[in-house]
Amino acid sequence: MLLSVIIIFVASLLAPFLHKALKGSTGWVLSLIPLGIFSWLLTFIPAVSSGEVIRESVTWVSYLGINLSFYLDGLSLLFGLIITGIGTFILIYGGGYLHGHPQISRFYLSILLFMGSMVGVVLADNIITMFIFWEMTSISSYLLIGFNHEKEDSRKSALQALLVTGSGGLAMLAGLILLSVITGTMEMSEMLNATGVAESPLYLGMLILVLIGCFTKSAQFPFHFWLPGAMAAPTPVSAYLHSATMVKAGVYLMARLNPVVGGTEIWFYLLTGFGAATMLFGAWLALCHTDLKKILAYTTVMALGTLTMLIGMGHEYAMKAAAVFLLAHSMYKGALFMIAGAIDHEAGTRDVKFLGGLRKLMPLSAAFAALAALSMAGVAPLFGFIGKELIYEAALTSYAFPMALIAIAVIANIAGVAASGIVAIKPFYGEEKETPKHAHEAPLSMWLGPAVLSVSSLVFGVLPFLIDGSLISKASAAIGGTPDLVFKLSLWHGVNAALILSIVTFLSGVGVFLIWEKIRDGAGLQGYARWIGQGPENGYQHTLDGMLAFAGLQTRFFQNGYLRYYLITILATTVLLLGYTLFNKTELVMSADFSQIYSYEWVLAVIIVISAFVALRAQSGLVAIAALGVMGYSIALIYVLFSAPDLAITQVLVETLTVILVALVLIHIPQFKVEAKTSSKVRDGLIAGGIGALVTVFTLALLQLDFDPFMSEYFAQNSYEIAYGRNIVNVILVDFRALDTLGEIVVIGVAGVGIFALIKLGKSLFGKEENA
Amino acid sequence: MNSLILKTATRILFPTLLIFSIFLFLRGHNEPGGGFIGGLVGAAAFILFAVAYGTNVTKELLRMDPKIMVGLGLFLGAFSGIISMFAGDPFLTGQWLLPVVGGNELHIGTPLIFDIGVYLVVVGFTLAAIFALEEEEVE
Repeated sequence: MLLSVIIIFVASLLAPFLHKALKGSTGWVLSLIPLGIFSWLLTFIPAVSSGEVIRESVTWVSYLGINLSFYLDGLSLLFGLIITGIGTFILIYGGGYLHGHPQISRFYLSILLFMGSMVGVVLADNIITMFIFWEMTSISSYLLIGFNHEKEDSRKSALQALLVTGSGGLAMLAGLILLSVITGTMEMSEMLNATGVAESPLYLGMLILVLIGCFTKSAQFPFHFWLPGAMAAPTPVSAYLHSATMVKAGVYLMARLNPVVGGTEIWFYLLTGFGAATMLFGAWLALCHTDLKKILAYTTVMALGTLTMLIGMGHEYAMKAAAVFLLAHSMYKGALFMIAGAIDHEAGTRDVKFLGGLRKLMPLSAAFAALAALSMAGVAPLFGFIGKELIYEAALTSYAFPMALIAIAVIANIAGVAASGIVAIKPFYGEEKETPKHAHEAPLSMWLGPAVLSVSSLVFGVLPFLIDGSLISKASAAIGGTPDLVFKLSLWHGVNAALILSIVTFLSGVGVFLIWEKIRDGAGLQGYARWIGQGPENGYQHTLDGMLAFAGLQTRFFQNGYLRYYLITILATTVLLLGYTLFNKTELVMSADFSQIYSYEWVLAVIIVISAFVALRAQSGLVAIAALGVMGYSIALIYVLFSAPDLAITQVLVETLTVILVALVLIHIPQFKVEAKTSSKVRDGLIAGGIGALVTVFTLALLQLDFDPFMSEYFAQNSYEIAYGRNIVNVILVDFRALDTLGEIVVIGVAGVGIFALIKLGKSLFGKEENA
Repeated sequence: MNSLILKTATRILFPTLLIFSIFLFLRGHNEPGGGFIGGLVGAAAFILFAVAYGTNVTKELLRMDPKIMVGLGLFLGAFSGIISMFAGDPFLTGQWLLPVVGGNELHIGTPLIFDIGVYLVVVGFTLAAIFALEEEEVE
């Protein structure tokens, strides 16, 4: 399983080079990779349907419990098949859709990167591994939404999607870590055996954090707004990431964790509540738009809400419905998106207001659109019908609020039926309209995917026994945590409540479709779109603007660009923090013993003090720097007296070079004139005096502490034995504590770059700075 | 600055300082000295040369952009640490070769490479700063 992920990643990296060699047929060739993995996954169906789970693990960071471990059961198999199956057609389709696009190789690279990550998400067993793949899908989604990066709208949508899913992902990481703390393992397969998760005091916090991640990823209300925004991506991307796969990652994780953390009241209310709201809002928002992709995006939001609601309900019907609807939705929505893209590609617009009568020009697309839309509308004998029947039965048998849930489901599905009509009928039937481009049938690469997907919807609808006992049963079993579940699907359940509701839904949906053009621009729907559709997005925008404004404010405050203020901040902070700790947290004992000071040491001390005052009172820069030099050499002499020759040599050399450096700098400073105000002089004096006093007190207090000779003795003993050097100072620098030195030379290097940049790049600013 | 005395003196002082700098660098293992001190003396030698003969001549003499020297030094420092990871030890653990040449055991190991890195960073940094300031002065 690790191998399959790696193969896709390698293909992703090779894709641009491959494209140079293969040109137009790259999509066809690359599609062999997901096709191969799809076939390979198919071979696991017998094993998985007999109840086996396949695990493999490669140790990664063993002491943190992070392993590249993978896990294949019914649920991951279903997802894996959807991802690679639809991925095959997306690569072929993308090759046709973006034919001749100058950056098509970038598309191949990003979409394969996404595919590998997504396969990783659904196959991963270790939660950290899963999380890494999860974030990689967010990043590749960012790259793909922003594919047309010269458009501001694309960039904005890409960033929006990244920020929403990325911040959700961070919350989720915290939640997953809490979950591993509760269950004591990082492997999801082992979590399934954990008991008492719901009784843990961490349960509620963990649940909310994980659900934030799932809800943002799967575009649940109120985070749904990024998904329609993501339609700025090229259509193959929308068809793949933003309908069939990535947005279902949140659903996947909820389904995966349902046996571990589900089954509680709060789980039911959160998932069913948000899911039902998302389903209802999304479905009707679809009717507020005329852009085919926007309509499909909102129906995707609706589908994601439906899945969340089903997982929240937690009973057997809901599990069945979730697995069936998941597959049904991926197939019809993938097909419809690809057809919407084909219309856009051939006719030059995807706004239904300007489309009509394309049936004669694009007969194949029209036929497949009709099939897929019938599945979406839940009409027998398509697979979507079985899905909708099961959703209704699940709602009817819900433990709580069955009436409310069924009402919401029916109202949402009425809009869904109307939306299916809009996407499948409006562009193809009715009077022919003048389109920006003269339309003709899409090339094979662009109708192959819709053909296979929509025909499969029909095949699985008529012959559900092909998949029900194996794939679907085991996926439901994995969601519900009931490994032995096996069931049969059938089109005909007899005349029952669900069938009657289906008929009601369909007829009302047709009714809404017929009056859609009249109500679309009415105050009702448009007001609704403003509140529910735009409201959360505006909230996001305000939050983002607020954060940027705050960041600007605090940056201007702290990074004000004046060296003197930086120095004041650093020194004053040191004085306050160190002073406070010194006087309040320690027992300050100072006993200065002046009797052991030799006369020449006194002389040096006096020289140092005098030169400090000379530097302070100096009227010219040269005098000041010379005085500081005297001070530095005197300090070097003190080092000599206390037998620290290395320090002394360094001090002398640094002083010498400093004088040269400062002399060079002084040339650039116009004239050494002190124009400071008295108040700033007093302020500077206070800070300088404070730091001087503090360091003095600190040093004297330090002398009173018991000196622990352990380290010095260790260094003295081992310097020659281990590091083969007799100069302990140097051995410490380059061997024992080389990491510190490495840090220091990095600082020196960065400072060098900084100086260079200041002098070379800041030329125009140099000399303009006024004196404080 | 155009001073015959300085130029003549530099001709003798420059190589002497350079040799002294290398001497200090190698001596640092057992006696006061080392990469940092050696680097400072080396930088001082080049600065003296720059003051006597000008920045451009010095740059030609150096044959290497001091900024690249800083980068090379950082690379050597980090690289010497990575060597030990191949031997299975933590980052920056000293690895030693101890060949016996003429009856004396030579201590050659990764800390030597590390110290060369320190030397280069110090020389590169000082020269980069001084060259930048010097050039500014000419304009």
